[in-house]
Amino acid sequence: MAEVRVLSEVTGTAWKILVREGQDVETDEELMIAEAMKMEIPHYAPAAGRVRTVCVEEGAPISEDDLLFILDT
Amino acid sequence: MDRVLVANRGEIACRIIRSCRAAGYSPVAVHSDADAGALHVRLADAARRIGPPPVAESYLDQDAVLGAARELGARLIHPGYGLLSENAGFARRVIEEGLVWVGPDPDTIAAMGDKDRARAIAAAAGVPVLGGTHRLDASDTEGVLAAAHRVGFPLLVKATAGGGGIGMRRVDAPGDLAARAESIGGLAGRIFGDDGIFLERLVPRARHVEVQVIGFGDGRVIHLFDRDCSVQRRYQKVIEEAPAPDLDAGIRDGLAQAACALAASQRYLGAGTVEFLVDCDTGEFHFLEMNTRLQVEHPATEMITGLDIVALQLALADGSPVAPEPDARGHAIECRIYAENPSRRFLPSPGTLETFVLPPERDGLRIETGYEARDEVSRWYDPLIAKLVVHGDNRPAALACLANALADIAIEGIATNLDLLRQVVRDPEFRSGPVDTGYLERAVAGLLATVRGNERG
Repeated sequence: MAEVRVLSEVTGTAWKILVREGQDVETDEELMIAEAMKMEIPHYAPAAGRVRTVCVEEGAPISEDDLLFILDT
Repeated sequence: MDRVLVANRGEIACRIIRSCRAAGYSPVAVHSDADAGALHVRLADAARRIGPPPVAESYLDQDAVLGAARELGARLIHPGYGLLSENAGFARRVIEEGLVWVGPDPDTIAAMGDKDRARAIAAAAGVPVLGGTHRLDASDTEGVLAAAHRVGFPLLVKATAGGGGIGMRRVDAPGDLAARAESIGGLAGRIFGDDGIFLERLVPRARHVEVQVIGFGDGRVIHLFDRDCSVQRRYQKVIEEAPAPDLDAGIRDGLAQAACALAASQRYLGAGTVEFLVDCDTGEFHFLEMNTRLQVEHPATEMITGLDIVALQLALADGSPVAPEPDARGHAIECRIYAENPSRRFLPSPGTLETFVLPPERDGLRIETGYEARDEVSRWYDPLIAKLVVHGDNRPAALACLANALADIAIEGIATNLDLLRQVVRDPEFRSGPVDTGYLERAVAGLLATVRGNERG
């Protein structure tokens, strides 16, 4: 089992968080949608696995490269 | 002198301020904390702070905007594009306050803003609409499948509450439909709190062509020709041309007539745009939507007609007589410079414009921007930094002018799409004429590889 860290691609807001800790996700499933400069930017699971930690709260400001999720894959 | 409140920011606020002044009005502005020193505030005769940086607490705060209008003694409100421009409720409040709303009737705004109603109104006006369904329940597998067979494959599954590419999937075959429909419904429920979906026929290769209309409020409507806006990314336009290049004369006439018929059926007042998808393979066209406001790309139309669309909006809203005589000359191209990184999925790139050098305006070259060197392109607002609009006797002349203007721009401090625009203008596929809406995202990898090759060379 490997640990996969999902980082923010943008500086903006964690607009919608779409998964819970413990949830199983598929490759390319939407984990979170960031909002930056009036654009919605989906963040996807890079691999199938289980969400171990959700590191950000919905609506919170985020910066590029902030840790968003830790997945066990 | 009568005051016009410009309820917007950035390049469009600056552009509206200019026409207000030319038409004999005194332009006044609103701003968030992030825009306290912005160009539109400096250009206006007076300005009021309306809140903190997030748009929901400032530019979209109706009470704050109306309060500023009262304090500044404005008699008219021009909403620009985006923000409150297509908010029927706000338009009603403006009118109830006894102010002049620079836009169409609020009922028309509401009707065109509702996708289902707009399609029905267009169809009733004799305008072809794309095959599609009303709202469906994604869990009703058999109902969705039956509806899909009526629409035909390939099709798009869309969330009724979606937009901007969120909550939308292409489905090529019946076997994939149920899973895609449920996933879109579920996603939409979690994101928008509304899990409704609908299906729409997909046109694999299409051009985006739109018609600029001007309505007089009594059923009379004229059109100011068409624009092609097929160069897009993330469903947002990047390059627009007027008139649409190499468009069959019969199709061009059909689009203009359809647009005028739709606007006339609404007794439309002021400037509006009717958008169509034109099938590259069959030439068929279908109604997409009507934008009941000033369009970002309106300067391309102004360059070929010599008209000032904002001045027309102000006159029509204020009951002043106007009799524009539309006549098109030559070819115009607008390109949008965005704070975004094309090599990273066009992700936005806010920051400080350490260097920001634009060429001086000259005959055939117009520049619209809300920024100056050292300004901050804030993460709170849209990534449009500047628009370059060129005009020539024909399309090759306009392209040559655009290439020269792009070469004279220098921007440092943030990533932009400037190099990509330079490559597109040189690209034989774009130069040889009409491209489809998938062109830019298809071409971006190859075009950017060329940029890197040039840098090495």
